[in-house]
Amino acid sequence: MQPQTAEAAAPRVDGAGDDLLRVEDLHVHFVTSRGVVRAVEGISYSVRRGEIVALVGESGCGKSVSSLAIMRLLAKPAGRVVGGRIMFEGRDLLTLDEDEMREIRGRDISIIFQEPMTSLNPVLTIGLQIMEPLTIHLGMTASEARARATELLRLVGITDPERRLDQYPHQFSGGMRQRVMIAIGLACNPKLIIADEPTTALDVTIQAQILELMKDLARRLNIALVIITHNLGIVARYADRVNVMYAARVVEQGTADDVFLRPRHPYAIGLMRSVPRLDRPRGLRLETIEGLPPNLLDPPTGCRFAARCAFRIDACAQDPALREIEPAHRSACFRAEEFSSGALAEATTERARGRPDAAVSDAAPILGVRDLAKHFTVSSRSVIFGGETRVVKAVNGVSFDIRPGETLGLVGESGCGKTTVGRLVLKLEQPTSGAIEFEGRDIAGLAGPELQRTRQRIQVIFQDPYSSLNPRMTIGQIIAEPMLVHRIVPNAKAARERAAELLEKVGLFAYMAERYPHEMSGGQRQRVGIARALAMRPSFIVCDEPVSALDVSIQGQVINLLEDLQREFGLTYLFIAHDLAVVRHISTRVAVMYLGRVMEIADRDAIYAQPLHPYTKALLDAAPVPDPLVERARAPRALGGEIPSPLRPPGGCVFHTRCPIASEECKRAVPELREAAPGHFVACIKV
Amino acid sequence: MATTPTALRPYKLPKRRHWAVSFALRQPLGAAGLLVILVMAFGGIFAEFVAPYDPLDIDFGAMLAAPSIEHPFGTDAFGRDILSRVIYGARTALTIGFLSSFIGCTLGAAIGIASAFFGGRTDMIVQRFIDVLLSFPIIVLALVVVAMIGRAPLFGIDLNLILAIAIPIMPKVERVVRAAALSIREMAYIDAARAAGFSNARIIFRHMAPNVAAPYLIMLTAYIAQAILLEASLSFLGLGVTEPTAAWGLMLSGNASDFYREAPWMILFPGLAISAAVFAFNLFGDSLRDWLDPKLKA
Repeated sequence: MQPQTAEAAAPRVDGAGDDLLRVEDLHVHFVTSRGVVRAVEGISYSVRRGEIVALVGESGCGKSVSSLAIMRLLAKPAGRVVGGRIMFEGRDLLTLDEDEMREIRGRDISIIFQEPMTSLNPVLTIGLQIMEPLTIHLGMTASEARARATELLRLVGITDPERRLDQYPHQFSGGMRQRVMIAIGLACNPKLIIADEPTTALDVTIQAQILELMKDLARRLNIALVIITHNLGIVARYADRVNVMYAARVVEQGTADDVFLRPRHPYAIGLMRSVPRLDRPRGLRLETIEGLPPNLLDPPTGCRFAARCAFRIDACAQDPALREIEPAHRSACFRAEEFSSGALAEATTERARGRPDAAVSDAAPILGVRDLAKHFTVSSRSVIFGGETRVVKAVNGVSFDIRPGETLGLVGESGCGKTTVGRLVLKLEQPTSGAIEFEGRDIAGLAGPELQRTRQRIQVIFQDPYSSLNPRMTIGQIIAEPMLVHRIVPNAKAARERAAELLEKVGLFAYMAERYPHEMSGGQRQRVGIARALAMRPSFIVCDEPVSALDVSIQGQVINLLEDLQREFGLTYLFIAHDLAVVRHISTRVAVMYLGRVMEIADRDAIYAQPLHPYTKALLDAAPVPDPLVERARAPRALGGEIPSPLRPPGGCVFHTRCPIASEECKRAVPELREAAPGHFVACIKV
Repeated sequence: MATTPTALRPYKLPKRRHWAVSFALRQPLGAAGLLVILVMAFGGIFAEFVAPYDPLDIDFGAMLAAPSIEHPFGTDAFGRDILSRVIYGARTALTIGFLSSFIGCTLGAAIGIASAFFGGRTDMIVQRFIDVLLSFPIIVLALVVVAMIGRAPLFGIDLNLILAIAIPIMPKVERVVRAAALSIREMAYIDAARAAGFSNARIIFRHMAPNVAAPYLIMLTAYIAQAILLEASLSFLGLGVTEPTAAWGLMLSGNASDFYREAPWMILFPGLAISAAVFAFNLFGDSLRDWLDPKLKA
């Protein structure tokens, strides 16, 4: 890993009109059994040599489809390009035949996908997969290709490349696999790399490493980079120019500074404001863009955003063209100039007014967890003949209290055990040792009818709104079922009525009870999940990454809903998430976990203002902030190294392998969680 | 749309059709199979009205008669009309085929879901038991069952025969359903149901079973073909349907084998009926799988 400062080597690109790629008025349609989805409608953008261009937008806005169209990799026969040109080095890629196109793919343009776990072939060695394009496109011999592959692995920061070439994908971690994907992308010295959500599946500290690497390589090798993402922080940090897409169209286009600091389209403005941010004081309530993006099977006429726009005027019934507001800054809004003059700025902040935090009582904790541990046995040999069994200590000696009305945020990277803690509290897993005290009773060993009674008091909201609802049941049945099973309501009619009431409570409509989950959007499904949890009248809800699968504008709506419901019903939340900004927004206290152990627990403001543990500091450093000025001012401080395998956690302090201040002492003993300041607990001997 | 340029490249849109029509167009072989199945079912159900003769009517005046206007498929050694016996045979074949496939698939699905849901030791033991069942060739297993449990006829159909055919089907279905159920068990809605304090029975029947309905239906259809074939084989071996009931496999055996040189129609037509039925159910089952698989839908 060589995270030198990317900026130093960066020849910042000026407007030299040297377009490598020019997408002109591209139209892509998908013909489905339900009709034609107009996935991309007349988008145009350009990429200069060596430049980093971002396509930003929410799911289904057409950003990935437009890049697949460049590679001519649209799903056939449903997807087709029905209009426009894609000019790459003066040739229209859409007119090339399949052989010519194959020459360009992988050689001049390469693509990096989101899922590093599935984009490598598990039965071929890494070396073979890197050498493949070299022998095919460049006609190298095996030994030449191997030498180049070694060089490439070194370039993407993989140590000991000679040996690792002969390993298989499963021997690499997610971040390492994404480095291999980048190496494959770089293999033939492409002129353009399209990266489709390259870091979305990765943890925040690994994400920072990968992005630094990509930016550094792009600058050094003068490769143009198209980054497709929904993460505004990434865009602010890495992009030179930004295209904001909404409902199959580009609504705003300009340099990163233009778009982030002087957004001129209400959707872009709303998007910037609806993300909770670490670099700003915490607002009382998130601003949101109300409503949902339009259905591209039957898009509305006129401005696509009008239905959700606070600045709608009569003219919006017409289609706004993407037009230049300032030099090289375009917006597709009739009122863009009014944003420039500041006339409309006030109106937007108006809605941000909110209510204060829910009242947290000083009463006894509703939930107390003492020395909780969960060890999973992983057997590597036969069940019958014993053999070697290994233990994953998913949760190890975790203790915390949650007071009634409070929200405890539980953050950490994947594999840190935060979800397991949630499952233990829900009694979906049996703890190996430790106590879970809920409303004054230890529930760790509870079973039978008593357990069922407790289960009514503790409910759950899951991460994935797609798998958390039974696809064969209607929304109404899903919400009514727990009420009927536990006889919370006397009969089916009363259950239906209360289901309708709950649907309205969570911002849906009573008539939606007849629908099936697949007829609803991700955000709507998440609301159904919340209504189902509320149906039992719980006092405590475990929210396991409830917003991380949702689009930015929907995320804000769901967070606000959770806060409103907490106030209305006096709920207590355990809020599990990896997004530090979201956690700061919703939590009263925050616990940081790493490899099964709690590193730090403190009040929200204390932990974000004065993080004590080096891991907390690293997490906060790695989290990108959607502001290019702030981002450029920050040094690239990506935390090095990988998260160790939970099968073989390091001895002593589990963080010592990556810790910048670790010493010999840290390898010896596991540091106790101790109170460094009133209410601020930290497990580090150095603070 | 105001900004849509007129220069979009034109393409043809698929027409919206009734699902039955689109099934027929997208899966013509499956539709043909379904047609054959429907014709056979019609013939079997209304055999009394469709068949020209009583299948048990012995006519010594017309023994081993060649196909003619009076007996389109000819007659057998007792002068019984083969066309009528083939039509009545459809009733036997479909009844036994459907019932044994239904029993085998349902049993297999139930065990598969339960085994996947409880997991751990239960799953281990159940799977080893299934391994044992799978280690027998299907016909041998059916033979063993028939030989062991004897006969229990009801309305001319041997219930033990149905069981004998259902038991070899069960473990195959069990494996497929278990695999599907294992992935469903990991779904968050199952966790949600457990967190809501639902009983295991409710989770299995209300939340898991409906979600394996697609593979269950496909196998139900496909194993009817297997069951018909197995019934014919067992009848041929003398362990299945007994004389004088009209059954295709039975028509091939007995004195049919003595007279096949003089009267090849005695084995030709029942043989064709078996092939047609098996082929039709296999075609329909395959098409149903493609049709129900969301990944193969445009």
